[in-house]
Amino acid sequence: MAEVNTESKGGKKGKKKGAKKVSTRIDFTPMVDLGFLLITFFMLTTTMIKPQTMEIAMPSKDKVTEEEQTKVKASRAITIILGKDNKVFYYEGTRENDVDPIVEKTDFSAKGLRKFLIEKNYDVMIKVEDLNKEKLQKQIPDEEFEKRKNELMADKKAPIVIIKATDEASYKNLIDVLDEMAICNIGRYAIVDITDYDRELIANLNI
Amino acid sequence: MAKVKLPRKSTAIDMTAMCDVAFLLLTFFMLTSNFTQKEPVIVNTPSSISEIKIPETNIMTVLVEKSGKVFFGIDGQDKRIELLKKMGDAYSIQFSDNELKEFSLINRFGVPIEQMQAFLSLKSLDRDRQENAIGIPCDSTNNQFKNWVRFARIVNPQIRIAIKADGITPYPIIKNVMNTLQDLDENRYNLITSLEQNPEKLIY
Repeated sequence: MAEVNTESKGGKKGKKKGAKKVSTRIDFTPMVDLGFLLITFFMLTTTMIKPQTMEIAMPSKDKVTEEEQTKVKASRAITIILGKDNKVFYYEGTRENDVDPIVEKTDFSAKGLRKFLIEKNYDVMIKVEDLNKEKLQKQIPDEEFEKRKNELMADKKAPIVIIKATDEASYKNLIDVLDEMAICNIGRYAIVDITDYDRELIANLNI
Repeated sequence: MAKVKLPRKSTAIDMTAMCDVAFLLLTFFMLTSNFTQKEPVIVNTPSSISEIKIPETNIMTVLVEKSGKVFFGIDGQDKRIELLKKMGDAYSIQFSDNELKEFSLINRFGVPIEQMQAFLSLKSLDRDRQENAIGIPCDSTNNQFKNWVRFARIVNPQIRIAIKADGITPYPIIKNVMNTLQDLDENRYNLITSLEQNPEKLIY
C-alpha cells in the first residue's frame, strides 16, 4: 500500500546503468507507537460521560408564607423527615383535634420509603406504567410523553409530599429523597424548613 | 534423506494498516473529547436516576465540598473578565489587565475576594495546592458567594446554575447555599449527580 516497488523482480538480468534505486519502503513501527501513545493520552484525559443533573425548582422566598404552606390538604399530605444516620421518618396528615399523627420510621431501601410511596401513589403509578408501555409500542414522541406524564402526575388525588430535613441529614439524603419522588412519579413535592413540632415528633419516637 | 527446505520467511510485518487504525482512533478521540476539567477539590456526587444532561455553555458551577467550602466558576473567558471587574468594583479592588487575563483562564476558584490578587499572582501549579482551597465566604455577615452569583447573572443573563456537592455534606451547608440562591430569586437550578440504574418492576 504505502510502499512503492520500484525494483523490478529479477532485476539481475536487465541491469541498467544510472543511479542505484533505493527502496521507498518505510518502517512504520515508530509511527504506530506514536499513534497509540497519543490515543492513550486522549483516552485518559477525556470525559466521555457528561454528568447528569436533576432539575429542581424551589419556591421563591417572599411568596411562600406559613399560611400557604399549611394550605396543603391534610388528607393528601405526606411529610418526610430526614434524620441523622440515613434515617427517614414519615407521617400522613397533620395534627388534628389534638391527636398527633403516627410517625413511622423507615430507610432508603426499596422496601422502605419507596414501597410506602408507591402504595400511596398507586393510581398514578399504574397510569404512568401504561403510558410507558404505550410509548414502547406506539412510539409516542418524547414531548407528548412528557406532557401526558405531567398531566397524570398532577392528579388531584395524588399525594403531596413535604420534605423536611433536619440539620443532621446529609446532601445525599436529600438527593435520595428527590430521586424517590422521580421514581414514584410524585408530581407535587416541596422542600420545607423543619419546624419544632416535627423535631418533637421525632424526639418522642426515639424514646 | 532429503530434507524439505522451508523457505525462510521475513518477520517484518507491514505496519501500514496498523498505523491507519491507530490514527483513525486518534482522530476519533480528538474530535469527540472534551477535557476533564480540573477541580480544586474532590467531590463525590451522589447518584440519581435522572438522565438530564448538563448543558456545556452558559453554566455557572457551584462546587460544595464536604467540609462546607464553596467554590465557584462560570464558563466563557470574556464573561469571566467582566465578572471579576464587577466584583472588583463592588469590593473596591482594582485588578490589573494581567490579573484579569489570569482569572479568565481559571475554571473554578475558592478564595475570598480579598485574597484574589495574591491567588492570581501564583503559578497555576501552586494554585491547586490544598492551602489555596479556602472556599468563598458564604455566611450571613460576609456573603461574597451571593455577589458572585448576582454579578454572574448580570454578566450573562442566560446562565444556569449547577450545584455539585459532595454526598456527605451536612444539610445545613446545602441549605445555606440554597437560601442564598433563593434570596437572589434564583429558584431553578440543577443538582449534578452521577447516573444510577432506574429500578424496574415497581408495581408488584
